[in-house]
Amino acid sequence: MDGDLMAHSQLMEKMLTGDKRACAKLITAVENESDKAEKIIREIHQYTGNAHIIGITGPPGAGKSTLTDKIIKTLISEGNKVGIIAVDPTSPYSGGSILGDRIRMQDIALNPNVFIRSMGTRGYLGGLSKHTKNALKVLDAAGYNYIIIETVGVGQSEVDIVKIADTILMVMVPGLGDDIQSIKAGIMEIGDIFAINKSDLFGADRTAVEVNMMLDLTMDMDRRPPVVKVVAVKNEGIDSLIKEIKEHMVYLKESGKLEERRKNNLKLEVVELIEEQLRKIVISHTDSENKLDGEVIEIMNKKKNPYEVRDEFLKSLSS
Amino acid sequence: MNRPIRVLIAKPGLDGHDRGAKVIARALRDAGMEVIYTGLRQTPEQIVAAAVQEDVDVIGMSLLSGAHNYLFPRVAELLKEQGVDDVLVIGGGVIPDEDIQGLKDAGISEIFTPGAPTTQMIEYIKSNLKR
Repeated sequence: MDGDLMAHSQLMEKMLTGDKRACAKLITAVENESDKAEKIIREIHQYTGNAHIIGITGPPGAGKSTLTDKIIKTLISEGNKVGIIAVDPTSPYSGGSILGDRIRMQDIALNPNVFIRSMGTRGYLGGLSKHTKNALKVLDAAGYNYIIIETVGVGQSEVDIVKIADTILMVMVPGLGDDIQSIKAGIMEIGDIFAINKSDLFGADRTAVEVNMMLDLTMDMDRRPPVVKVVAVKNEGIDSLIKEIKEHMVYLKESGKLEERRKNNLKLEVVELIEEQLRKIVISHTDSENKLDGEVIEIMNKKKNPYEVRDEFLKSLSS
Repeated sequence: MNRPIRVLIAKPGLDGHDRGAKVIARALRDAGMEVIYTGLRQTPEQIVAAAVQEDVDVIGMSLLSGAHNYLFPRVAELLKEQGVDDVLVIGGGVIPDEDIQGLKDAGISEIFTPGAPTTQMIEYIKSNLKR
């Protein structure tokens, strides 16, 4: 155990000086083992919070990876260090996955200022994986000043990206549905910037108009999300998109929203950690003593109701 | 440690035949592995960079162009140069029998030639991990 701990502090030292292998090993640790993750995050927390975190989300095949590739290229040409976490779905049957986002980012993998990591969702439903947040912290501590999180191809309600990103880029494509789609709740509400990709295709103008109409109906908006038409494969519109991404960060800082967002997200994180720990405590109590078995029969036989059993259980924990 | 096995499936060199690589990727996925597929025409440098960043347990290369005697050993060499000693490297494709021993000597642990069942490969990976 001591050797393990030492190995990790060495990895952390190396990671902080920019060693990619150490960074990759730490991500593996936070992705797989909660006890190690805890030790690592406790130590690197002080080095985090410096990166501009960009979430890229949108339906499957919208061009998220291709667009990510173009965004990275522009950012590194300006001297930035860019970290990428690309999430793809895990099979609910085998637990395996095909992580294919790197295919669109081949020629930048060798750049010293780029780090790309693929992750499977591993049963997590919000469009990310359970440990995306921790992996993000490792990249942040490693000095990547822009971090791009590419979500799985999303449907209508995978909105977990709002809990970790500063700027959310919603990638849309023409031809996915009528204007009712754009006024539904969920995914359409979280975009800070809308990119209409493949905008050389028929229907792109209409998609842009529909998004704009949706935005027209939104009340209490002190910043209207811009709608940018791009063609990622042809590298068209990328500069305007980058400009909007940067302007969004300026807006977040000047309006105080950055602090507000990050505070809310940290609060959520702490609440989640508390819940997780409480769940462990509850499970260890119920498992070890099979306390609930008898109670469940009482509930089935209508002698008791579930809330009653809950209250009794909690009372027994605190006594 | 109960984490999924991570495998990088790569196509080094210039041939564009990736059906085999995709069949393997799919079979490994169905065996519960996380497969990072990097696409066609990878240089050994790109393959090793991806393997390091993804912290994979296995690199599987598929090659049908005939350049295996250069490209496979080059990947093993780069891994060594970078001090990466915990990755299993395997290869497949149309590899003549007489080349296999040389490739093994160069650090490719196993070579799978046409007709090799995917189950054999899965078994090989599971029992030869270096972690």
